[in-house]
Amino acid sequence: MADKPVKGEKRFFVTGNEVVAWAALAANAEIMYGYPITPQNEVMHYWTRLAPKYGRRFLQTEDEISAGFTTVGGVLSGARAFTATAGPGNTLMQESMSMAEMMQIPTVVVVQQRGGPSTGTVIYSQQEVTMTCFGGNGEGFRVVYSTGSHQELYDYVIKAFNTAWKYRIPTFVLGDGYQAKMRESLIMYDPEERGIQMVPTEKIVGASGVPGVDREPKHLRNTYNTEEELYKVVGDLAKHYWQVAPEIEEYEEFDCADAETVIVAHGVVTRAAQGAVKELREQGKKVGHFRPITLRPFPKKAMEKAIQKAKEILVVESAEGQLAKIVKAEIYGSDIPITGYFRPGMGITAEEIVEYILNKG
Amino acid sequence: MALAPNMPKSWRAETKPHKFCPGCGHGLVLKALGECIDELNIQDRVVFGCDIGCSLLSWDFFNVDSIQTHHGRTTPVLTGVKRARPDRICIAYMGDGGGYAIGSQHLVNAASRNEKITVILVNNCVYGMTGGQMAPTTLPGMKTETSPYGRDVELTGNPTRGPEMVAAITPPSAYVARGTVANLRQLKKMIKKALETQMNGTGFSFVEALSLCPTNWRTNAKETWGFVEKEMSQFFKVGEIKVPESKEGK
Repeated sequence: MADKPVKGEKRFFVTGNEVVAWAALAANAEIMYGYPITPQNEVMHYWTRLAPKYGRRFLQTEDEISAGFTTVGGVLSGARAFTATAGPGNTLMQESMSMAEMMQIPTVVVVQQRGGPSTGTVIYSQQEVTMTCFGGNGEGFRVVYSTGSHQELYDYVIKAFNTAWKYRIPTFVLGDGYQAKMRESLIMYDPEERGIQMVPTEKIVGASGVPGVDREPKHLRNTYNTEEELYKVVGDLAKHYWQVAPEIEEYEEFDCADAETVIVAHGVVTRAAQGAVKELREQGKKVGHFRPITLRPFPKKAMEKAIQKAKEILVVESAEGQLAKIVKAEIYGSDIPITGYFRPGMGITAEEIVEYILNKG
Repeated sequence: MALAPNMPKSWRAETKPHKFCPGCGHGLVLKALGECIDELNIQDRVVFGCDIGCSLLSWDFFNVDSIQTHHGRTTPVLTGVKRARPDRICIAYMGDGGGYAIGSQHLVNAASRNEKITVILVNNCVYGMTGGQMAPTTLPGMKTETSPYGRDVELTGNPTRGPEMVAAITPPSAYVARGTVANLRQLKKMIKKALETQMNGTGFSFVEALSLCPTNWRTNAKETWGFVEKEMSQFFKVGEIKVPESKEGK
């Protein structure tokens, strides 16, 4: 059997789905559970070709409800386990992910957003932000990394396993159809060689010893009898979540220090926003860009700092205001006007943003 | 005749008396299961999963690692455990609603894939926890909260015969049986064979247990036993439906 999937540092020119499979291998993921849906399919295609060479496993389930719940089972048994999905599949996974939220099960889900609502398109969107951050009958106790390049897909898939297992919070890598299907160059590496220690997993059930004799049995539940009992449990979850949130939050900012217009964008749209800032700065416009990398928890303090000089905030996204809704809630109390350039299910270029900003005066 | 021990060793004494209604069949099925865990000496290897509905009250029933899941989702959770840790003995415990309605796709597909897990499904003809609605297993003409004039099979179809369905889609290496709490010795033998099937790694194992719900049936003790022994057993034939072929051959 082959040794390590990735040795040293190597440059690749591949699709994002292939990147996800390699990153999961490099992160020592032991098993993937999955169900076909475009544009995520090639994650499974590469995983099923590569995994047996490294002693890893795969299960193709009957639907995404099952893919989510088998992932939950795998993680509870102590495996570094993950799944990948998109669109309506993401919808079906919300049930299992609400259980993961409640029971602090460190699942990892890669979402390659497609057009919606409903079956929409198989191509691209940023319309799964609300669902990935707040889906299910829960409180959004999740970590959501929104990636913008193949390098980030690789980095954050590895990181997602560590965040999930370190903090015991279900973690999502939110990509999209462009990232899934495009080819782009990136550097793959062995995390250990870069000094990234993989957070050890734990057999949450199925540890050694006779339960009740050598150790206490694990009795895991998500159902409670009284309001007070549940209130305590959710209170503890909330306390834990907000306590670790500052350690988890990530963002980038570009030319925000003196910016009068701050473009807020996430995921692949950050690239258009960065291009627009460059172009507009060359024209002497005071424009900056703030990019949350974690959509949950949202880097609120960093954003507040980034908009100190701002006279307007422009949220640019391939959805009808899903990011804008989060932004508005997070900076509540600020009197800076917030407007949006919303293109649900459509790609956005730097030129479009430049034109929009120049034309709106 | 010597009295049988009160509780199987694998039961958790601290959580007894259990939380099921008086006259409920769950305690009997779980007793048979507990004795099987003891006799097979597998307490340290079992991962037990329970569904939503009355079965969830078994979440802290045993001194074994236990996961209370969502309605219908016990089969995939335990499948996930088994696929990641094949040395564990995975038992998915559920009711007829969980197995034949909301989780039927999981049961069908786990059976089709011949997952090496054991599903124990308690059939009492009603949704118990939610207050006695019609279940996939409600008998023709039977009155429930959502079939107050009796189940009309023209409108709602016929009751699900689960083991027959599972037997039809599993390979010969699987074990499929229907037992009843009215014959506990036989039920225990079935559960034991099911667990042995999993331990031998040959195939999927499935035991449906006909059970009692006097609370929702609104029956007294005599009527309760009469219902399970006559009406239910007439429609749902008790017995082994599929037994793994011996490796040595006949």
